[in-house]
Amino acid sequence: METVTLTIKNQPGLYLEADTITPDAFAGKKAEEIVDLPVYVGREQHRLGDFFDVSGKAGATPAETKIVVGGDLSRVKRIGQQMTGGEIVVNSNTDMYVGAWMQGGKITVNGNVDAFAGTGMKGGEITVTGNAGNYLGAAYRGDWRGMAGGKISVAGNAGSDLGTFMNGGEIVVGGDVDVHVATHAEGGKIVIKGNAKSRLGGQMVEGEIYVFGNIDVMMPGFAYREDVDIEVNGTKGRFALYEGDLGERHRKRKGQKIYGKLYQLVKA
Amino acid sequence: MAEFLIKNGFVFDPVLGIKGDKADIAIKDGKIVETTALSSPKIIDASGKTVMAGGVDVHAHVAGPKVNIGRNFRPEDKLFTYKPGHGIERMQGGFSVPTTLRTGYNYARMGYTTVMEAAMPPLYARHTHEEMRDTPILDQGAYPVFGNNWFVLEYLKNHEIENTAAYIAWLLRATKGYAVKVVNPGGTEAWGWGLNCDNVHDPVPYFDITPAQIVKGLIEANEYLGLPHSMHVHANNLGNPGNYTTTLDTFKLSEGIKPNSKFGRDQVMHHTHVQFHSYGGDSWANVESRAKDIMAYVNSHDNLTIDMGQVTLDETTTMTADGPFEHHLTELNHLKWANADVELETGSGVVPYVYSPNIKVCAIQWCIGLELALLAKDPMRVFMTTDHPNAGPFIRYPRIMKWLMSEEARKQQFDAFKHKDKVIEATNLAGIDRELDLYEIAQMTRAGPAKSLGLSHMYGGLAPGLEGDVAVFDFNPNEPYAPDAIETAFSNAECLFKAGVQVIDDHEIVSNGNKRTLWVNTKVNENPQVMRDVKEKFLRYYTVTLNNYEVSGHYLPNPYVIEVDATQ
Amino acid sequence: MTKTVTDVICPFCGTLCDDLEVVVSDDNKQLLEVYNACAIGAEKFLHSQAKDRITRPRMRQEDGSWKEISYDEAIEYTAKMLADAKKPLMYGWSSTNCEAQSVGSEIGEAVGAVMDNTATVCHGTSLIAVQDIGIPSCTLGEVKNRADRILFWGCNPAHAHPRHMSRYSIFPRGFFTGKGHASRKVIVVDPRPTDTASIADVHLQIEQGRDYELLDALRVAFKGEKLPDVVAGIPKAKIYEVAETLKSGRFAIIFFGMGVTQSIGKNHNIDAAIAVTRDLNEYTKAAIMPMRGHYNVTGSGQVWGWLFGFPYAVDLSRGFARYNPGETTSNDLLRRDEVDAVFVLGSDPGAHFPFSSVKKIYDLPSVAIDPHETPTTEVCKVHVPVAFVGVEIGGCAYRMDNVPIETRKVVDAPEGMMTDEEFLTHVLARVKELKGV
Repeated sequence: METVTLTIKNQPGLYLEADTITPDAFAGKKAEEIVDLPVYVGREQHRLGDFFDVSGKAGATPAETKIVVGGDLSRVKRIGQQMTGGEIVVNSNTDMYVGAWMQGGKITVNGNVDAFAGTGMKGGEITVTGNAGNYLGAAYRGDWRGMAGGKISVAGNAGSDLGTFMNGGEIVVGGDVDVHVATHAEGGKIVIKGNAKSRLGGQMVEGEIYVFGNIDVMMPGFAYREDVDIEVNGTKGRFALYEGDLGERHRKRKGQKIYGKLYQLVKA
Repeated sequence: MAEFLIKNGFVFDPVLGIKGDKADIAIKDGKIVETTALSSPKIIDASGKTVMAGGVDVHAHVAGPKVNIGRNFRPEDKLFTYKPGHGIERMQGGFSVPTTLRTGYNYARMGYTTVMEAAMPPLYARHTHEEMRDTPILDQGAYPVFGNNWFVLEYLKNHEIENTAAYIAWLLRATKGYAVKVVNPGGTEAWGWGLNCDNVHDPVPYFDITPAQIVKGLIEANEYLGLPHSMHVHANNLGNPGNYTTTLDTFKLSEGIKPNSKFGRDQVMHHTHVQFHSYGGDSWANVESRAKDIMAYVNSHDNLTIDMGQVTLDETTTMTADGPFEHHLTELNHLKWANADVELETGSGVVPYVYSPNIKVCAIQWCIGLELALLAKDPMRVFMTTDHPNAGPFIRYPRIMKWLMSEEARKQQFDAFKHKDKVIEATNLAGIDRELDLYEIAQMTRAGPAKSLGLSHMYGGLAPGLEGDVAVFDFNPNEPYAPDAIETAFSNAECLFKAGVQVIDDHEIVSNGNKRTLWVNTKVNENPQVMRDVKEKFLRYYTVTLNNYEVSGHYLPNPYVIEVDATQ
Repeated sequence: MTKTVTDVICPFCGTLCDDLEVVVSDDNKQLLEVYNACAIGAEKFLHSQAKDRITRPRMRQEDGSWKEISYDEAIEYTAKMLADAKKPLMYGWSSTNCEAQSVGSEIGEAVGAVMDNTATVCHGTSLIAVQDIGIPSCTLGEVKNRADRILFWGCNPAHAHPRHMSRYSIFPRGFFTGKGHASRKVIVVDPRPTDTASIADVHLQIEQGRDYELLDALRVAFKGEKLPDVVAGIPKAKIYEVAETLKSGRFAIIFFGMGVTQSIGKNHNIDAAIAVTRDLNEYTKAAIMPMRGHYNVTGSGQVWGWLFGFPYAVDLSRGFARYNPGETTSNDLLRRDEVDAVFVLGSDPGAHFPFSSVKKIYDLPSVAIDPHETPTTEVCKVHVPVAFVGVEIGGCAYRMDNVPIETRKVVDAPEGMMTDEEFLTHVLARVKELKGV
């Protein structure tokens, strides 16, 4: 694994679109080639090197390439968008679309991420040590194919619209979440270790939600079934199992209707 | 205007009967002329290349309200498929439902110069014309829909052909429409109550009329007027297993009616996207091709033309004035569903659909469309379409050419199907070794549709006097080629002339052309009853006033009016 | 002498009434009277006749006062501002005709602007929901002729769309609804007792912000599943009863407004309401329609739809069209300092946007094109007054059900005033010169 280190030296006047900061775009390139990759501020095209000091070199393939990005990246969008392999470490807060449409590899953000991280994610891993914005692991507008695979872990809180149209993969939030979780989901697993507000599993067809803390308002379409003793991401305990959304369509398997499942921790 | 001489190309032209011979084509003042009429032309060296007239699409959904619903409600159809502006081209977006600009440019790239919008809700005619105005290069016209219109239902209930004809003439003028379109006759009105008409004898709720009466009556009214195109129908029961009998029943309604048209067509019915109407079996488990039965009928009845509606195995967006069908579809695939019922006139629905080669039914549909074309005895009466975007986007026409022209290409596709054996069992295609040649392709994509539309005096061929619509493709039919070379060459015309203006030069779009909108202005004898009925319906049931209904001229900045006199 | 112009289209709200009669002076200079319009619509026509109307562009001076400038100077300022910006916001477009929207779109394309309309603070959330789940809808005439179950959710047409109830929804006698109001059951869902609610057969006085839950409960009730005792403040028996009322109709229509589009959950509320409509189509016929506000907000979504593929919040900055509300929506752009110039036409963000966003407009180079003096013109650097569309110039507009209607010119604009389309055409030409294209 070869490492490329980027350090931001100039802040963009508006925001910087840097969907070229991926192992895929860097692979096979030396620092002096990487500085020439395009980035955008509004309608203006610039070089990556206009904004970043670049050192090191990339591996021959994305999988052999690690990128470490430093400085204040809170006005930089689209880091790791569509990456298929390799690794990115972001040592800062950063803006929207981190790891959006990601297919493989690993992104670690030591800070917060803004909205749309992991949009339409198919595989790989995103780890955020701080908080995440709205639409974490959600589908792009209009797409019924949301997160299909991979894993997103957020140590802090997440915003609203978590895992909309989720079909697979896993999202773990260490803290609290805002409204609308797993709306329209047809699969996947969401673990919320803190509290949730309301609208969990609205229009949910299938999939699993686990909540360790409080739920302010339960959806009327979720019915309590039973208490179950299970282990969830290292936490053993008794969970109340709800099924829903009863108002939504559901598939049948072996004559049984399959519902979305919502587990709430009763007793650790 | 400029003069052009396209020299030494291999020319395929059913109008002149040239089957790939070397010939020179001359263009002057917007028209094809004899080569001797040129004085100092720009020379286009077409040696080793294929030369054809501009393509003519008889049926595509490219402009109007449901097309725009398809655009606006599918942002995901545009994700990562956008194209920045370049040269004179403006920015473009959309895969299955392209923006109007992309529509014009992409048809031109395939060598097409005329495209008919297949279903215009009259109340939304203004919208349809706004979109056609913003579609560059192409000559276009739009077919207003009549098959569920309350005036038509009430007149034809009593077989009032003259009144129906007068109303058609009035509505074509009010909407600046081109032809009489019928979609799921009676069924879409029934959908106003959540119901449908499943066959040609299934009565329309309240209106006391059957689809058969509507279709037959509209054919008669169409011939009473002598319109350029025939009645253009999408029959009842689209997309259902076993529906081929409904299709044959619909075909039979044309029997015994002779064309009355000065525009050179021989048919009285055009049935569209017949692939969707050629299914046997009685469930999706045992659905099978009935293309043989369908084509046996078509081949033996020359007052009928059809188009394919070929499935292209893409993710696409279905859209039709067949409202109940789209509801049926969303119940099957659970994807988003838009519906737009239109007061007194029609309805429509839009649902995304993924034609996957891994799904048996999709593969069977793919076979059926190709069977229709390959079983055709007269390619002048069977046209290439995808019912864009219903069975697939129009940009796949060159791929369909490849499948029609190469058994090897079809074998490759069969091998890519997950349920190959079951598909072969349910269809005839694997047993068909016919390979169409470019002359037959030119019949199916140029001369045939132009004739069916009553526009053979303008389009579809290279005879002197026709419009200067000529395409040059980088394809040498006399040298061995891989099947994919067909698709590559016909996706990307080297040169294109539209009404004598060079629109594509060296594969680059260099002009937005001189787009025209065709509509039919029919003179009929005064009919006070129909005008009284029109006034009354607007006063009582429409939500716009009569005076705000007609599309005024400035929505058609470059109109081409076809005058018809039906007063005799 | 005077003359009467008939079949006049009202350029106020999305109801787009087209049966107005307007009396004008013989020389077309004065508009005297308006018939058939609601009070708001009539006022819009009469307002064009204000004696103190501003008829020439103005530029803000350093001391805060206005200085009259020529149209040429205003064109130059606007073109230069847009051409110099890295990412200008071109907002509004809802109170103008499609012809102007089309020219504006070409400017946006040339300068790499973000094009956004008033849906961004109104029914943009509905458009998001439509993208997620679709929309079974119909024209207003279908409602008039067929509907026997009318549900108003989070909207108050009695005040916001005054002629809606009489022309289309509650009172008219249609083909299959010959008894008018008596043919219909009217249900209103609103936390407040409104004038619309007062004529309803059923008023569900929902707990504020629990629309999504109540809509979900209706879906549960349709399927005959068990409900909690109370949802959103409504007892379950009432929910089952309303569900049955809707299912038992021949044709149900749901109209919804900003009470649900802009309260908590936003697009999800509409998504659930559309799901309710979808469900109803398994039992009977049902449709749903947004109560669009500005008379041609729908048209701007249509024009951008066919040109770019998206109905609002269209980001053209990279040379192609992109869309993602939350990022490309006006208030997000302003809040995050993501745009560097603001152009406003046919809307009043100064009145409708949060104060924090208005402050950003004030801080940026900015132009407002508007016949009126508005809170927006007060914070912009240049104000360009123009002719009233639908009064002094015609052009196409789209009703709330997407039906396009050509508005009419009934009276001349004051001498020398430009229309939106004329002004934009000049700006486009100048932008092209500046860009060298």
